[in-house]
Amino acid sequence: MAKIQARGVNREFQIRNTLGRKERLKVLEGFDLDINEGEFLSLLGPSGCGKSTFLSILAGLDKYDGGDILVDGRQLQERSFSRGIVFQSYALLPWRTVIKNLEVGLEIRHIPKHERRRTARQYLELVGLAAFENQYPHQLSGGMKQRIAIARVLAYQPDLLLMDEPFAALDAQTRENLQIELLRIWETDKKTIVFVTHSIDEAILMSDRVAFMSARPGHIKEIIEIDLPRPRTEDIRNSAEFAKIRKNLWGMLQDEVLKVQSYGGYL
Amino acid sequence: MKEKLYRAGDIFSRSVGLILFFILWEAAPRLGWVRSTYLAPPSRVFGALWLLALRGELARHALISLRRVMLGLLVSVAVGVVLGLFIGYFRRIDRILDLLFQAFRQMSAFALFPVFILLFGLGELSKTIIIFWASLWPVLLNTSSGVKNVDPVLIRSAKSMGASKAFIFINIIIPAAAPEIFTGIRLGGSYCVMAVVAAEMIGASSGLGYLVLYSEETFNVPEMYGGIVGLAILGIGLNWILHRAEKYFTSWKEV
Ligand SMILES: Nc1ncnc2c1ncn2[C@@H]1O[C@H](COP(=O)(O)OP(=O)(O)OP(=O)(O)O)[C@@H](O)[C@H]1O
Ligand SMILES: [Mg+2]
Repeated sequence: MAKIQARGVNREFQIRNTLGRKERLKVLEGFDLDINEGEFLSLLGPSGCGKSTFLSILAGLDKYDGGDILVDGRQLQERSFSRGIVFQSYALLPWRTVIKNLEVGLEIRHIPKHERRRTARQYLELVGLAAFENQYPHQLSGGMKQRIAIARVLAYQPDLLLMDEPFAALDAQTRENLQIELLRIWETDKKTIVFVTHSIDEAILMSDRVAFMSARPGHIKEIIEIDLPRPRTEDIRNSAEFAKIRKNLWGMLQDEVLKVQSYGGYL
Repeated sequence: MKEKLYRAGDIFSRSVGLILFFILWEAAPRLGWVRSTYLAPPSRVFGALWLLALRGELARHALISLRRVMLGLLVSVAVGVVLGLFIGYFRRIDRILDLLFQAFRQMSAFALFPVFILLFGLGELSKTIIIFWASLWPVLLNTSSGVKNVDPVLIRSAKSMGASKAFIFINIIIPAAAPEIFTGIRLGGSYCVMAVVAAEMIGASSGLGYLVLYSEETFNVPEMYGGIVGLAILGIGLNWILHRAEKYFTSWKEV
């Protein structure tokens, strides 16, 4: 049985239209998705189709109006399973040093001080930033900030890791480095990751499966298994298999892409 | 060594305006541009200040003014920060009170002084209240706006990791709002110094504001300007202290 099962999830927002009248905006409708324990699942879809909305729902930050989300067979709301989000905008606390930022999740868990520090150091080392322990976020580059944000969420050791376009704000070189680094980290402990991206290449490189969403009202249109061997490294981008998968995906998606013209922000 | 020289030069260039002002001030009555019965030159003003200091009166008046300012500011910081946090956190309360508070903020403490005297008499209480009123609104409104301006993504990030409301309030909202709270407190501090003058000019028998008014009434013009200079120093000193406190608590901003 899948760890997380979304069944016919609906989500509507009250908005005001251009005339100032109240209107209902259907963002998710009939959203079905299974997420397996320990898999790396990417969510791709046109802008505004509800990817972030679904992630917020999974994170317990937003509610849904219909359907069910089951975690290990029980309703999402009844389950207090731990999860963390990595946002595109890092969301680091500017008044805390790097190491204290990493400790936030552990503080929430009431982990004693010395243990907190030890765990935080361990994850800081994992992302290669041990030397920056006492710096403040504004002293770091974007790529470093995102490494810290990832280390923070990993240090918290959540059951589910949610990432909302984590690398979208970074330059191409930094993005590629971080992709490989995230893969390396993920391959050591195989946490369940739901990863939102606009890049088909990124999705192929990272994922076990890629789920494609329709335009709003969003639902899953297609799920593709990526059976590239692991561990994956930088070189796999240039392999023949990678090119083949990419070509297949493009062929499959052509109609949808033409319809919304918003894939491929950085392909 | 070079750095020291540079710093000295920096301080000098920043003081040029002040020095020119004092030169002009000294010259104006001495050269007969202004009648010296109305404008005492700074040399005589500082002489008068020196005599006041020797007699112990300067310290007495200054300390009394300082105590009034600190008391009023302390109460308004305590009330303003607590209320501001509360109001900023509960959006619905903020909606209800916002217009009222904006109106209060615009209402001059000086205009309300007669009301405070009617209600609370001529004693210390109404003096504290006018100072309190003058500084309350910037503290309160800046605090609540600081709370409202917290980047929601910080809150969402903590919430996703299961943070309680109390944790978020103490560890995210308050530190994120701190810079704006301090801006409010510094503004409040300078309003306090203005308000204490008014408070000490009506029904008081001590304080720098009283000294200014009393000297004017007894035609002791140098002493009057001495009192004014004393008030300016009080304002600068208070601002410096508050600035230090702000730097201490929001040091992460510059390091
Ligand atoms: N709180 C809200 N109130 C009203 N409408 C909202 C709210 N949150 C999201 N929406 C709307 O829901 C739709 C989906 O938003 P969402 O952020 O989930 O899209 P997305 O797929 O993440 O898009 P992008 O790829 O651009 O990040 C958008 O049209 C958005 O305007
Ligand atoms: Mg989004």
